[in-house]
Amino acid sequence: MSGFDKVVGSYAEALAGLEDNMTVIAGGFGLCGIPENLIAEIRRRGTTGLTVVSNNCGTDKYGLGVLLVDKQIRKMVASYVGENPLFEAQMMSGELEVELTPQGTLAEKMRAGGAGIPAFYTATGYGTPVGEGKEVREFNGRHYILEEAIQGDFAIAKAWKADRYGNLMFRRTARNFNPMAITAGRVAVVEVEEIVEVGALDPDEIHLPGIYVDRLIQGTFEKNIEQRTVRSA
Amino acid sequence: MALTREQLAQRVAQEFHDGYYVNLGIGIPTLAANYVPEGVEVMLQSENGLLGMGPFPLEEEVDADLINAGKQTVTMARGASIFSSADSFAMIRGGHVDLTVLGAFEVDCQGNIASYMIPGKLIKGMGGAMDLVAGAENIIVTMTHASKHGESKLLGECTLPLTGKGCIRRVLTDLALLDIEDGAFILRERAPGVSVEEIVNLTAGKLVVPDKVPEMTFQ
Repeated sequence: MSGFDKVVGSYAEALAGLEDNMTVIAGGFGLCGIPENLIAEIRRRGTTGLTVVSNNCGTDKYGLGVLLVDKQIRKMVASYVGENPLFEAQMMSGELEVELTPQGTLAEKMRAGGAGIPAFYTATGYGTPVGEGKEVREFNGRHYILEEAIQGDFAIAKAWKADRYGNLMFRRTARNFNPMAITAGRVAVVEVEEIVEVGALDPDEIHLPGIYVDRLIQGTFEKNIEQRTVRSA
Repeated sequence: MALTREQLAQRVAQEFHDGYYVNLGIGIPTLAANYVPEGVEVMLQSENGLLGMGPFPLEEEVDADLINAGKQTVTMARGASIFSSADSFAMIRGGHVDLTVLGAFEVDCQGNIASYMIPGKLIKGMGGAMDLVAGAENIIVTMTHASKHGESKLLGECTLPLTGKGCIRRVLTDLALLDIEDGAFILRERAPGVSVEEIVNLTAGKLVVPDKVPEMTFQ
């Protein structure tokens, strides 16, 4: 690495410094747009006691779910954790702590975390279990609860294309939580399908500027599908 | 006769107005996309970050990078756009989505909704439902009027943990269409062949029955 060049040579280098009990924010929605190889590298490293912040926790075979096999996750912050028997078993036995967070609130917590906003008011969750114990304020006759931003020791994310400076483009709905996750990581690690030379991307078409990205690596992806639904011609 | 799933979807679709941006929940709400009335254009919002959701793909069109909020492979309609989850929920909380349709376990006559958690049973999470009910002005809840054991799901006060407080104003069940106003359900329409008495018997919350309650009509 030199200057603005964010490209690292290996997945081991990409996650150097990740230690037990750290907080990791991960992009992805279901199995779409997940940093598959970075997740695999966390498994290989054997890092444990992790707090993982991500919309879902994968399935029992794919995505963040693979970190459950060796019980590397201590706490999961997510909006939806269904469809994963391993997750259910560890949650029920109390080995895995779960903080359910509404999806939009989770996205905004990451966005705020990356944007220097320590907390924000939202109507989402007012009067529900999510609002319990949180400060309530009334604005223009409506009730809002105070939600705090999230930052991670590391962010792991997946984009489609990058230049060597870490300027990113995402593809289709694989964008999802990835841009906010990256901004909220103290060390933001991004894997992409293709790295191009600086200048090859049109600045108007960059979805997330490289200033947010610390380490960049090119990988190959399985891109598993959770619900393969098709229509006939 | 109680409405079928298809009839529920058809009745929901009668609420689609030309030019509406609509978010449809999983299940019956999603089916409503098959019954958009002629001459009406709606654009479907999928909260994972797609506005302008198209039908399921042909086998050769399947793209792992293009899914809906139910994690199903989909396509993009003409004029679609893609955005992040933060932008998606800015649209939702900011009140830019014209109509939201979602399911529930219980609704009460205060406009409270319970849809994501049954204590003692498995907790899967609320996904985007809490944001959707907090953000939308115009929400239709679709559900069965009563449980299989004949217990009303239209209550005086929800018994399950809430998804949202005081945010529901319209409920479509397999028996009736009801509005919620001033702490009461107002019976607006009934399913073809279902009597007012039957609906009264299966509604636990306060119910106001106007002089005329027309039957729903289907094409």
